[in-house]
Amino acid sequence: MLIKIAKPSDLRESDVTPESVYLSRRRFMGGMAGLGAGLALSGRARASADYSDVPDGDAPDWLEEKLGAARRRAIVPDDPETDAIAPFRDASGYNNFYEFGTGKSDPARHADGLETRPWSVVIDGEVNNGGRFALEDLARPSRFEERIYRLRCVEAWSMVIPWLGISLADVIRRAEPTSKARYVRFETLVDPEQMPGQRSSFSLIDWPYVEGLRLDEAMHPLTLLALGMYGRELPNQNGAPLRLVVPWKYGFKSIKSIVRISLMEEQPVNSWQRIAPEEYGFYANVNPEVDHPRWSQATERRLPNSLFNPNTLDTRMFNGYADEVAELYAGMDLRKHF
Amino acid sequence: MAAQRKWQLWRVGVFLAALAPLLLWSWQVASNTAGPEPGRYLLLNIGLGGLWMLLLTLSLTPLTKLTRWKGFALIRRQLGLWTLAYACLHVLSYALFILGLDWAMLGSELIERPYILVGLLALIGLVALGATSNRWSMRKLGKRWKPLHKLAYPILGLILLHFFWGVRADLGEWTLYATVSALIMATRLPPVARSLPRVRQRLTGV
Repeated sequence: MLIKIAKPSDLRESDVTPESVYLSRRRFMGGMAGLGAGLALSGRARASADYSDVPDGDAPDWLEEKLGAARRRAIVPDDPETDAIAPFRDASGYNNFYEFGTGKSDPARHADGLETRPWSVVIDGEVNNGGRFALEDLARPSRFEERIYRLRCVEAWSMVIPWLGISLADVIRRAEPTSKARYVRFETLVDPEQMPGQRSSFSLIDWPYVEGLRLDEAMHPLTLLALGMYGRELPNQNGAPLRLVVPWKYGFKSIKSIVRISLMEEQPVNSWQRIAPEEYGFYANVNPEVDHPRWSQATERRLPNSLFNPNTLDTRMFNGYADEVAELYAGMDLRKHF
Repeated sequence: MAAQRKWQLWRVGVFLAALAPLLLWSWQVASNTAGPEPGRYLLLNIGLGGLWMLLLTLSLTPLTKLTRWKGFALIRRQLGLWTLAYACLHVLSYALFILGLDWAMLGSELIERPYILVGLLALIGLVALGATSNRWSMRKLGKRWKPLHKLAYPILGLILLHFFWGVRADLGEWTLYATVSALIMATRLPPVARSLPRVRQRLTGV
């Protein structure tokens, strides 16, 4: 798998004016006029127009503007046929987000009412420039990118999803980590009134949901803080308004609806590791050679599939991102650090 | 004659009600509203449906004792066979939609997922009960028929274990089924079983 990570100075495919835009002079002019007026909303083509059957989101103006101006297709899979983008309906209707229930369709049913505006994120711990930041202030200084990643769930299914967001590295750099910072810890919102899963007395998860990365993993250029997908803002069930996407790790590492990012000296304990340390580790790198105690990780079902074609693919080391990330784990025993 | 017709209608009604979920799920798959993993959708729903059937079957005896209504006893064999049918369809869904008939994968699956073996044991038990559910077997087995069919109890245990093993993070649903199972089984404890007719008398005054 080759994923080109271009130098910032390189021209990208997305810098080339798409033919449709070049040809549609009227819309282009409209777009320019909108930009000129500083109100790009009316004339600009919505990024979601790239995908069929995507309902419009209801993003605030600043986010709509950033999403629209995103560098489209900044990272794409090299085999678009195997890694065809999942329909929006599936990506937004089949989710693990236990705050809203354990069924795959529970989040889509129950996350509707989640209030994501206003939203703020606390950045604390080993940083010089911490504090509570409004989402807009956190994300606006960064260039948005669209990145099409494979998402491999620890349950042995996967989907290909076009995310929109910013590099986590950007946000961490602006927070100015101290020399002691070695790990990053993330926390999801706790609000039992809005999140029915947090009201379940049989849940094994000790809320808030916590995830963590080593600082070098967090600073890796592939690590994304997503605010959108399919050209629009994130649906609530996908972790609105701000979620992590770490494409070479199992999906549970990609924590949703983040309210706190802490730089730490010590390695944090993530929620799944706390529940079942023999089944889920801190690293959770996609690895076909290290099985989950209850099932094999050698293959995955690429979704959507159909009744008589489970669409089983061989799972790739680091989910196919080995060229980019393998060096992070050089010399480590990945059976031990699973 | 009219009474006979009434019981026949009752049996047909139960048959249709037990069939309905299968038709509903099939229709959802056919109309593309069963989500991105239709095979798994069928697998899980049919599996849970089978547990429902077994729990319903096992609740008929205590219900009969409680109400003396003849209708419950009349559908016991039918619901028992529905349990078997759901279990077979559950395994068939697994073989067709999850394994994709890749039998080489089955070997590794059985080692990786011990709960599949537990489910298989339960299925073998259900087949044994289904095969001996006819009158001929009842006559042939005589006194041994009843103890044989008490295998339904350990089968329920195996199914709950099979279910429990697959749970990832929230035991709520499983706990609900386990509690209902425990209640149904508790009605078979001799002191409770003896008191059921008395409860009926107190409730109805008959």
